[in-house]
Amino acid sequence: MAVHTPIYLDNAATTRCDPRVVEAMLPYFSEKFGNAGSRNHRFGWDAEDGIETAREQAARLIGAESKEVIFTSGATESNNLAVKGAAEIYAKAPAGQQGRGHIITCTIEHKAVLDPCKRLQREGFEVTFLDPPSDGVITADMVRAAMRPDTILVSIMWANNEIGTINEVPQIGQLCHEKGVIFHTDGTQWVGKMPTDVERDCIDLLSWSGHKMYGPKGVGALYVRRRKPRVRLEALIDGGGQERGMRSGTQNVTGIVGFGKACELCLAGMEHDRERLLKLRRRLEDGLAGRMEVVQVNGNRDRRVPHISNISFGFVEGESLMMGIKDIACSSGSACTSASLEPSYVLKGLGVGDELAHSSLRLSFSRWTTEEEVDFAIESILKAVEHLRKLSPLYDLYKEGVDLSTIEWQHH
Amino acid sequence: MAYSEKVVDHYQNPRNVGSFGASTEVKTRTDIGVGIVGAPECGDVMQLQLKVTADGVIEDAKFKCFGCGSAIASSSLATEWVKGRTIDQALQIKNSQIVEELALPPVKIHCSVLAEDSIRAAIEDWKKKNGIAVDEASHAH
Repeated sequence: MAVHTPIYLDNAATTRCDPRVVEAMLPYFSEKFGNAGSRNHRFGWDAEDGIETAREQAARLIGAESKEVIFTSGATESNNLAVKGAAEIYAKAPAGQQGRGHIITCTIEHKAVLDPCKRLQREGFEVTFLDPPSDGVITADMVRAAMRPDTILVSIMWANNEIGTINEVPQIGQLCHEKGVIFHTDGTQWVGKMPTDVERDCIDLLSWSGHKMYGPKGVGALYVRRRKPRVRLEALIDGGGQERGMRSGTQNVTGIVGFGKACELCLAGMEHDRERLLKLRRRLEDGLAGRMEVVQVNGNRDRRVPHISNISFGFVEGESLMMGIKDIACSSGSACTSASLEPSYVLKGLGVGDELAHSSLRLSFSRWTTEEEVDFAIESILKAVEHLRKLSPLYDLYKEGVDLSTIEWQHH
Repeated sequence: MAYSEKVVDHYQNPRNVGSFGASTEVKTRTDIGVGIVGAPECGDVMQLQLKVTADGVIEDAKFKCFGCGSAIASSSLATEWVKGRTIDQALQIKNSQIVEELALPPVKIHCSVLAEDSIRAAIEDWKKKNGIAVDEASHAH
């Protein structure tokens, strides 16, 4: 099969909307166009039916009841609602002290969790930002060690968006339930790819997004536990009282219908998709590491979601590497070497930048990625890295056995 | 970001890539001047080696560069421009000429500065090896 360039290996950023999802959405644009809040005519009922079907599809994907699913505009909104909404409700001061309570998160969360936490910090909450170990996995023991009597909320992502590492979510959830602390997890890179059961995994609040799992952009969901414990949230958006009052505003019916369909398809094809993705990733990583030296796969290799690969290449600068692989659409996260590319706080957090002069690529796959595309990517990357290493004075020094950190560089 | 055709050309077909020997070897050769500027953590390291005749004519030039496409293009262009010139003529090369030739955008001007610095550093190295006083006034930066 011929490869059409540019090839798309940036599926952790967004995925192509599945044609079956688009088909499910179409009637809701111009036939069943009603407002789900219109309770007294057919148009409204049709829209409401569409939303409630989607709610059931979404709930089934995560082992929840449909009433526990709140539709939002995406994972960023879900994360904001979960973190800020829970903090407002559960705020408490430790006995005899000032303050509003303690929150635990980690430094390599997505900005949609980090920034709400920082805002809460400014508003009087105390926040512990856990530093990940070099393999990137946040463990229940790390969370346990940070727990305090006034801890009210733990927010730890399920899988990291840059390196794909999987945190100890069921164990962290269990710990939180033992301590009576609300547990939120950002499941954006996990849900739809990996088996999820909010009961088994002890989750109180779970955010996820439509467009990361072959659904449309602009729609996401938040699971809010209703029993043991019944989780309450302070709404961020007030108005018509839609979505159990937690998210006012006329629902995005077409988006929600597509979201539901995407959830259904992910659940039905999960095993098959996962096997395929793992095979593609193995092909990529073995293909690169087997034919090149000083290549490093970042993050714990045995604990990763199947669609993400983050790889560092020694002695090559990030922007020039991107320039050499223009036919591959992927993300670059330079650890520290490039003045022109924004350094990745995730890779820096893992200590990837401690060795001098690496650049990193995040390649992520979808259910449509082919072996031919992976092979094309391997050849392009190999060619670009070889070309740049021929030019690299640092690679020469490495070959001569010189330790780069012993050299006194002339800083600019 | 969009690169000029000339930058892309130098990136794909860099001129005069290489060195006149291992780093320890060229250190002791009096006919070679070596300039290494920049730092890995800044994202640019340029290495320029000049082969200079006893009467100060640059016979040959080689470069290596760790850096973005504009840095590679700037150092590649620098090797083309210094070849055949006397060291005094080479010292006249200004970074603004490199900016103009490669149509570098403002955020990439530092690449051209680095290229100019590497020429200066390589010539200083050659002068030192040959017991010629380095003109301090030539330190533009």
